[in-house]
Amino acid sequence: MPDLPLQALAAQAFTGLVLGGIYVLMAIGLSLIFGLMTVVNFAHGSFYMLGAFIAFTVIGLTKSFWAALILAPLVVGALGFLVERFLIRRLYGRSPDDPLLLTFGLSLAMVEGAKLIWGKIGLQVDPPKQLAAAVDLGFMNFPVYRLFVIAVTAAVLVALWLFLAKTSVGLVIRAGSRDALMVRALGVDLNRVWLLVFGIGIAMAGLAGVLAGPMRGVYAEMGVEIIIDSFVIVVVGGMGSLAGAIVAGLLMGEIVSLTTFFAPKLAELIIFIVMAIVLLVRPSGLFGEAGLAE
Amino acid sequence: MIPAALRPVAAWVSAHPVASFIVFFAVFPFLVPYQSLATQVLIYGLFALGFNLLYGYTGLLSFGHAAYYGLGAYGAGIALAKLKLTSLWLALGVGLAAAVIGGALIGFFCLRRRGIYFAMLTLAFAQMLYFIAFHAADLTGGDDGLRGIPLHPLGLFGASVSLRTPLAFYFFAYAFVVLAVAALRRILDSPFGAVLQAIRENSDRAVACGYDINRIKLLSFVFSALFTGLAGSLDALRLTVVPVDSLYWTTSGQVVIMTLLGGAGAFFGPFFLILADRLSLFIEAWPLVIGLIFMAFVLFLPRGIWGTLVARGSAR
Repeated sequence: MPDLPLQALAAQAFTGLVLGGIYVLMAIGLSLIFGLMTVVNFAHGSFYMLGAFIAFTVIGLTKSFWAALILAPLVVGALGFLVERFLIRRLYGRSPDDPLLLTFGLSLAMVEGAKLIWGKIGLQVDPPKQLAAAVDLGFMNFPVYRLFVIAVTAAVLVALWLFLAKTSVGLVIRAGSRDALMVRALGVDLNRVWLLVFGIGIAMAGLAGVLAGPMRGVYAEMGVEIIIDSFVIVVVGGMGSLAGAIVAGLLMGEIVSLTTFFAPKLAELIIFIVMAIVLLVRPSGLFGEAGLAE
Repeated sequence: MIPAALRPVAAWVSAHPVASFIVFFAVFPFLVPYQSLATQVLIYGLFALGFNLLYGYTGLLSFGHAAYYGLGAYGAGIALAKLKLTSLWLALGVGLAAAVIGGALIGFFCLRRRGIYFAMLTLAFAQMLYFIAFHAADLTGGDDGLRGIPLHPLGLFGASVSLRTPLAFYFFAYAFVVLAVAALRRILDSPFGAVLQAIRENSDRAVACGYDINRIKLLSFVFSALFTGLAGSLDALRLTVVPVDSLYWTTSGQVVIMTLLGGAGAFFGPFFLILADRLSLFIEAWPLVIGLIFMAFVLFLPRGIWGTLVARGSAR
């Protein structure tokens, strides 16, 4: 193919990286919560949606995207604390289907609640002025805001890794996801750890929503759309595996983005096809351990 | 809970579920304001029963039953509208075949992962079918849905019966649903049904007893797809349209809600949902209320309305 538009292809690959970053933020939270608590959070996408809407409101009040970038994930994370403490905690020890069902109901209520508060019509969020331009990468022009999204994703991942690998709380979290009973026997109050992990995971979903808003628009159904993609990524990466969430998230971002370029009609289908292939070849996912929570 | 005068009735109903079903639904269309509402209850009830075979009896939570409902609906619809078949029997056969083949294929993939993955996988595969139907507009009508399904007269013992009045269509659907309910009862009372419940209660022990539980789960999945597909096919004939949303995840969500609210008596759920549907004309944010009620059920009444009533009844 002599006329292959290399620049457009490179731009698409970069866009894939951005989409992959959003996917990774979603899938890591989902996987972290699952790995520690065996809770599949159907409402994860709705917290992503809520992050985007709260950012819209904060920007309206303060005129500052930066305030929204900090505040919205915090507010969403705080709501996550409440949901864990007062709803999900009641279901520990019951079938793992029950938290999934509960968060499904929560998700319905949140989508409808968002429509009541912010209306049924999609809203637009502009990227901050400082990031509104495009930068010349040498081979093409690329919106600065999208580079910023990649940078924030990378920074959050590094911070999360440092937290899990280097702090004593992180040690408890890792131990708790290996053997919760043993950690309890050692006298650690896992309830507080679960609360914290749920809040962190939810805050990351909120952050993903804030970041996605200026690129993909803000509307009530945005969360349900991304939660299905996130489930697929977690299945492909291996549930409970953070490395799997990162690799599968970036991979799916690229695959979706490049498919949009070469075969737009397949773009919405491709992740399911990849999932089916992974299930055939490696049923436990790319990085999954067979038998986890089965 | 149950008044003394009604207790013999309640006892007879729980002793003869299929017979009381047949009696109740024979008079049901004359008790509701209009008959098409009764047909809707009947079809949704069958949908919930098909779903509950998998969830309530085998213990597998599917979040993708829209797939088999949609395959049944599109199968029957395409047979009549695109393939120009004139026999409703053949059209229903096409719908059922589509649902069963789809169920076998998707079931094969989804049963490769157990436990909580199952719900996510079924959701993903149903969503995949939605996108296929959305883009294959030549066959499915795409976003507009499949329109113009002709409701031909039904060939019955050499005569041809028009189903164009709501009451005639109701009893057409009624015949199928009664057959399905009886078949389901037969399946659940058989040794196979006992193994399903053994898998739900303790799958390791079922393996230890020598059962090939993957094969049995797949069989249960396919049966569930069959009943669900029948509901979808009947609904396509009822509406003479297949909206593309029949394959969307919201349809899967609806059957989960109906079944959980109803509990073991899956037919209770549709009453509630359709009542809710009518109320939504008056209350704008009705899905918000449904979401909250559903959460309350998961937290406090996991057995659903009927299951709770039965448990109360037998406790006394």
